[in-house]
Amino acid sequence: MVTLRVNGEDRQADVPPDMPLLWVLRDVVGLTGTKFGCGIAQCGACTVHLDGQPVRSCQLPVSAVGDRAITTIEGIGSTAEGAKVQQAWLALDVVQCGYCQSGQIMSATALLARTPNPSDRDIDAAMAGNICRCGTYVRIREAIKQAATGEVHGLQVVVDGSTT
Amino acid sequence: MSARHPMDESIDAGRRQALRLAGGGLAVAFLWSAGAGPALAQMSARRQPDDAAAAAADGNPPFAPNAFVRVGADGSVRLVMPSAEMGQAIYTGIAMMLAEELGVGLDQVKVEHSPPNDALYGLPLLGGGQVTGGSTSTRGQWQVLREAGAVAREMLVAAAAAQWHVDPASCSVARGVITHVPSGRTLGFGAVADAAGKLPQPAKVTLKQRKDFTLIGKPLRRVDSADKVNGGTQFGIDVKVPGMKIAAVKTSPELAGTLGRVDEMQARAIPGVIDVLKLGDAVAVVGEHYWAAQRGLESLVIEWTPGVNAHLDTETLVAGLRESSEKGPAIVGRKPKGEAAAGGKLVEASFVSPMLAHATMEPLNATVHVTPGHCEIWTGTQVPTRVVKEAARICGIPAEAVTVNNQYLGGGFGRRLETDQVEQAVAFAKQVTYPLKVIWSREEDIRHDRVRPLYFDRISATLGADGKPTSWKHRITSGTVLGRWMPGAMGKDGMDSDAIESAADLPYDMDNVLVEWVRHEMPPGLVVGWWRGVGPTHNLFIVESFIDELAHVAGKDPLAYRRSLMKPGSRALGVLDLAAEKIGWGSQPLPARVGRGIAVGSPFGSHVCAIVEAEVTPQGTVRLRKAVVAVDNGITVNPSSVQAQMQGGLLFGLSAAMYSGITLKNGVIEQSNFHDYRNLRINEVPEIAVYSVENDEAPGGIGEVGTAIAAPALANAIFAATGVRLRELPISRTQLAASPDALKRVASTGEHKEDVA
Repeated sequence: MVTLRVNGEDRQADVPPDMPLLWVLRDVVGLTGTKFGCGIAQCGACTVHLDGQPVRSCQLPVSAVGDRAITTIEGIGSTAEGAKVQQAWLALDVVQCGYCQSGQIMSATALLARTPNPSDRDIDAAMAGNICRCGTYVRIREAIKQAATGEVHGLQVVVDGSTT
Repeated sequence: MSARHPMDESIDAGRRQALRLAGGGLAVAFLWSAGAGPALAQMSARRQPDDAAAAAADGNPPFAPNAFVRVGADGSVRLVMPSAEMGQAIYTGIAMMLAEELGVGLDQVKVEHSPPNDALYGLPLLGGGQVTGGSTSTRGQWQVLREAGAVAREMLVAAAAAQWHVDPASCSVARGVITHVPSGRTLGFGAVADAAGKLPQPAKVTLKQRKDFTLIGKPLRRVDSADKVNGGTQFGIDVKVPGMKIAAVKTSPELAGTLGRVDEMQARAIPGVIDVLKLGDAVAVVGEHYWAAQRGLESLVIEWTPGVNAHLDTETLVAGLRESSEKGPAIVGRKPKGEAAAGGKLVEASFVSPMLAHATMEPLNATVHVTPGHCEIWTGTQVPTRVVKEAARICGIPAEAVTVNNQYLGGGFGRRLETDQVEQAVAFAKQVTYPLKVIWSREEDIRHDRVRPLYFDRISATLGADGKPTSWKHRITSGTVLGRWMPGAMGKDGMDSDAIESAADLPYDMDNVLVEWVRHEMPPGLVVGWWRGVGPTHNLFIVESFIDELAHVAGKDPLAYRRSLMKPGSRALGVLDLAAEKIGWGSQPLPARVGRGIAVGSPFGSHVCAIVEAEVTPQGTVRLRKAVVAVDNGITVNPSSVQAQMQGGLLFGLSAAMYSGITLKNGVIEQSNFHDYRNLRINEVPEIAVYSVENDEAPGGIGEVGTAIAAPALANAIFAATGVRLRELPISRTQLAASPDALKRVASTGEHKEDVA
């Protein structure tokens, strides 16, 4: 039995120590926002934070988590950077199929937490581990800049009813 | 359009009818009313025989005037989505089309997946099936969905007017509220929902003029954005059913091989492993969670029985296609008009286009619960009614005993137009009593993809004294997707209309054009499937590479050469000029090793031009620097969606062109995951500017347009940078430096002059 601190709550899981955190979260804890994409840490869809650091949960044995705090997409909005990133993602409608976006947002949030005003090069370095088959990269870059600076980057979508 | 009239002669009546249905676009592929027979299903704006049951199963709302609109007594509005949402923003587009006429805000509606039902949700453009594909969802539903919204609105207004004893024409509707304009009285939709549900349906409705649109044409936020940024969206893989177990699967690595002996002792000893299940060609381990199942699967000792493909490799397949290309028989897709002028300069080329995997981010999966006489399925599919049919067949039960709960799709790209993975999941689930979620690993997903066909093309042209082609011959050789997927849609002459789309209907004004297709069957087990952009993705690579080559041979600028072959005022010319203007074609010299490539075409009822700027290093590495896309898709429902689809679609095509190719060795697909089936990453992606031509034409397709135009623009940029003409994809570094000649040109490209665009 392991005790995990997930999004501020203690969760008990009776799982083998070598079980990757991804499957503990998805199949045991029941948080399915973190996605399975490749199983070999190539695509980043499974990215979560341990004490704010982005990790690929598909390759992380649950026993290696220790007492570090786990943050998933379901909880990232309660951090200042996470909320800013999600807001920017909405302002630009970054998502398409959406499957990789949990991981993209987790990586982007970790980037802003350590580099509040990232350059293109910083964005490349932080985000190159996250694959998007829909090709939302152009808007991801714009949204990160918008989240960082508060200035408008790219086409802003309109929420119907917001002006009436 | 006159430039394309010659083609009509070679199209049979059914295909011509399909083209008319497409609303002006001359996209040939995927428009299959020809093959559907007399029982063509028609989604309708008005109530159908199946509607009562569908509405009853959907919460029995007081007002459900058709298959798409549900209004509750509280005024809540739910919209049922006939198409599947796989990222293309069609839920948003459909909701906008319905809401525009219904008179509600996009923020006031909830969308829901449709149940499987061809009669209610079948798309005439696709032969009446409930199918999301071929970039048909907007152009195929543009009319009927707005009409469905209008029918609902007029009934609600009629109910309100009756209550007030006023003329319905004196009422207006906005944001779910009906107003009697002279008196200012108002009623919400909820207040009249029950009464409206009892009224007769209007035979005729008046649709809004474009100038009166309040939603269509605005970059409104996607209806699925909010949940997709907080992890709340449920994809098929996220489904939870009480008592559910999870299975990991391995199918015979050799395509068409079968399962032999399996030693399952070690697997069964793993904590959490529940069952080992077998099929003729596959084995599954069931666990309490996927990790136990996967570990169990790895612990099996499996003997595979070789099948017919044990010695099959890619080279053999290409050689077979080449031979068929020489021998035929060839089916004519477009006949030359008149006699070609004698003499001229002959230019010839041949091309090989690889098999491609889809690699949707969400690996294929399905959750299935088989109980006596019933089968319930949760999966994300582009073809829900096909899932019903196959499950009924496998379980030996009537279609009515199958329930399919469609889900958000973590990418489709054509992969989820197939039901093979769901069929396998049903066959496994039939062996157990509990609900079973079957997940393919990424390795299974790629090794058992239904790949984009392998193509071999021979193309030639004769250039007259002015450098323009006096004749054009293009022979395409491939397996057929359509011939398996919807054999009835094949032409009477055996033609696969998808195989020749964007090859027969060229944007260039040429008379002496011969386009042929040779059908070459793939070996058993190598099933070819739809892939984003289908026929046009392949054909535009050939056609636009070759036009570029002809320009070079003629000593002309690639832009000027294309312009000289296009009819003034044509929509294709419009996007060509717009893209060239926006990138500043020819306005300044480019740095050494940098080139720009143009590609233009008219796939899926839209018109598109991409110009890609790329750099090639002396080592042959390609770097994307910039891309401009100009698109004319007629009336745009949501400009944000169009921009996103053009950017994403282009990158999907560029990824494939740069890195993707499925190869076979001993009948096994050699690629297995994102390390050897690469995808562009953010650090490799250039800025992509998208520009739209505004006009009043009916909407064209969008989801596949960017993908289809990507590869030739890049290949032409590489030519401009290096002088190396690519005849094969993907553009690997080894290809650019493979021969001493290519290496010399790549390495010495600084002296090359074509890079001055």
